[in-house]
Amino acid sequence: MIQLKLSKNILKLIGAVVLLLLPLLVTNSYFIHIFISIGLYIILSLSLNLVTGFTGQLALGHAAFYGIGAYTSALLLLRFNVSYWLALVLSAVITGIFGFLLGLPALRLKGDYLGIVTLGFGEIVRLVFVNWYSLTRGPLGLPGIPAPKIGPYIFDSRIPFYYLIFGLAAFTVFFMHRLVNSGVGMAMITVKEDEIAAESIGIYPIKYKLLAFSLGAAFAGIAGSFYASYISFISPDTFLYMDSVTILAMVVLGGLGSIPGSIIGATVLVIVPELLRFMTNYRMLLYGALMVFMMIYRPQGFWGANKRVRNSYKIGIRGVSNEKDIRG
Amino acid sequence: MFTQQIINGLTMGSIYALIALGYTMVYGILRIVNFAHGDIFMMGTFFGLLLTQKFRFPFPLALILAAIFTALLGMLVERVAYRALRLSDRLVLLISALGVSIFLSNFAQLVWGTETHPFPSGLSVKSFQVGTVTLSNIQVYILILSCLLMIALHVFVHKTKMGVAMRATSHSINNARLMGINTDSIISMTFAVGSILAAVAGILVGIYYDAVYPTMGYTAGLKAFTAAVLGGIGNIPGAMLGGVVLGVVESLGAAYISSGYRDAFAFGIMIIVLIFRPSGLLGKKQQEKV
Repeated sequence: MIQLKLSKNILKLIGAVVLLLLPLLVTNSYFIHIFISIGLYIILSLSLNLVTGFTGQLALGHAAFYGIGAYTSALLLLRFNVSYWLALVLSAVITGIFGFLLGLPALRLKGDYLGIVTLGFGEIVRLVFVNWYSLTRGPLGLPGIPAPKIGPYIFDSRIPFYYLIFGLAAFTVFFMHRLVNSGVGMAMITVKEDEIAAESIGIYPIKYKLLAFSLGAAFAGIAGSFYASYISFISPDTFLYMDSVTILAMVVLGGLGSIPGSIIGATVLVIVPELLRFMTNYRMLLYGALMVFMMIYRPQGFWGANKRVRNSYKIGIRGVSNEKDIRG
Repeated sequence: MFTQQIINGLTMGSIYALIALGYTMVYGILRIVNFAHGDIFMMGTFFGLLLTQKFRFPFPLALILAAIFTALLGMLVERVAYRALRLSDRLVLLISALGVSIFLSNFAQLVWGTETHPFPSGLSVKSFQVGTVTLSNIQVYILILSCLLMIALHVFVHKTKMGVAMRATSHSINNARLMGINTDSIISMTFAVGSILAAVAGILVGIYYDAVYPTMGYTAGLKAFTAAVLGGIGNIPGAMLGGVVLGVVESLGAAYISSGYRDAFAFGIMIIVLIFRPSGLLGKKQQEKV
């Protein structure tokens, strides 16, 4: 057992070292960009996984939080000239507050109804980005978002951004890992499995749902803030319903309620469209077909519940009136 | 102005209602949200365009043929993407539906290009004045045709053997099967009926705006789904009511408050209704049981 743990730790260490040295091994700037995208989507899929995978609340508007984070950070940087690091923290806080506000109706709704409300919220947020011209410049977007600085050092190439997203993603993985393995995380899983049972043993579903929504949104806000400074331009087109769907697909394809699952899901779904780029026209066609295929032949995802060590509970999402007889 | 907006709202609302019926019927039977329905609606419109423009069919024949093709497409989607997953987790079904939706909209882009096509229906547009209100003949056709279809659907669901079997299946699949109903074919039939309504709605809206494009299923589908949820998903009169309410609210909001936020009114009213009446306007309240 000890040896197994030791070799696992060594594997992790090797993995971390390889990831840290990656910019030295790979000099192609395009590949670095892909790695940065993977890191970004790891944060996004893990944050949604907390809401949907662990707490069992179907959310179809995650891109809205991503967008709110990006716009908050961009506006703070452009209008108030604050330091990037302050903008990063503030956008996480503000997005978290929005997550809390969206979580409030979630207390009354379940399943598909909750899904559609979050979807509606996402669309409304996008429309605000498009129409609040004096603040967001509407469809023109916000160009020239300044790059982060540490003292006199300005992030002027993709390599420092790689290390930044590496750090942020590692922090997210660490945070989520600690969270879901703590009492709070167990309570969240209990809320997902059976709300009434949770209440009967003294777990307040309301509290944990709101916590999941706020934290999930805050991490999406971090991702948004990073994106704004990395690309240095944002417009409402980046935060569409389709992006919410992509993030959800990463979570489900990876495996609901699984941290390695979300990481794998994000990695695969960033790389697959890039690999399919040679057949430009058929790319998205194939992508859609693959999603269906995957759900039919491997619905538990790449790293589903059966891969877990402590597999004492079943993973699955239950919604409103999930008639038993459909299943049998 | 006010009456004019109500008329415009009713026109769009009856279109939403037709699409919403497809969502609500499928939900009533399988308890799944058919996220590909908006794209089936789009494909139906393109079938209609193809038949009138390429093959020069007369309009009524083209409408019927397009509806039949769309019904076959709907049944195919159910067969390929949903049937094998009927017993699995609902989120799995959702992702599968989203996959179909991505597939269909990209298929349409490949075949017909991303640009917006005009829809030459052969109908000449005539407007006439009733008091202060301007009505076009197309609006009248839309209102009449959607009313007729809804009446036909009502008769079908309540008076025919197939309709009774459909309602039985939506009550309980297992019990329906015990009563000798072939539930698989009933489910197929439900997809077909929903797709027919969507195809007709698509062709009507294509003529109304004189525009057909591969992404038209997205907003229309989203709003129709909103209409279904607004009325109480799974409830057929609810979908009709939801569609009409949505159309009118949106049209009034766009006219009197801000046209940029047209879609936001639709979603805003839905969120408000759901917060205060979580099962929709006509939905039954579900008691939570242990």
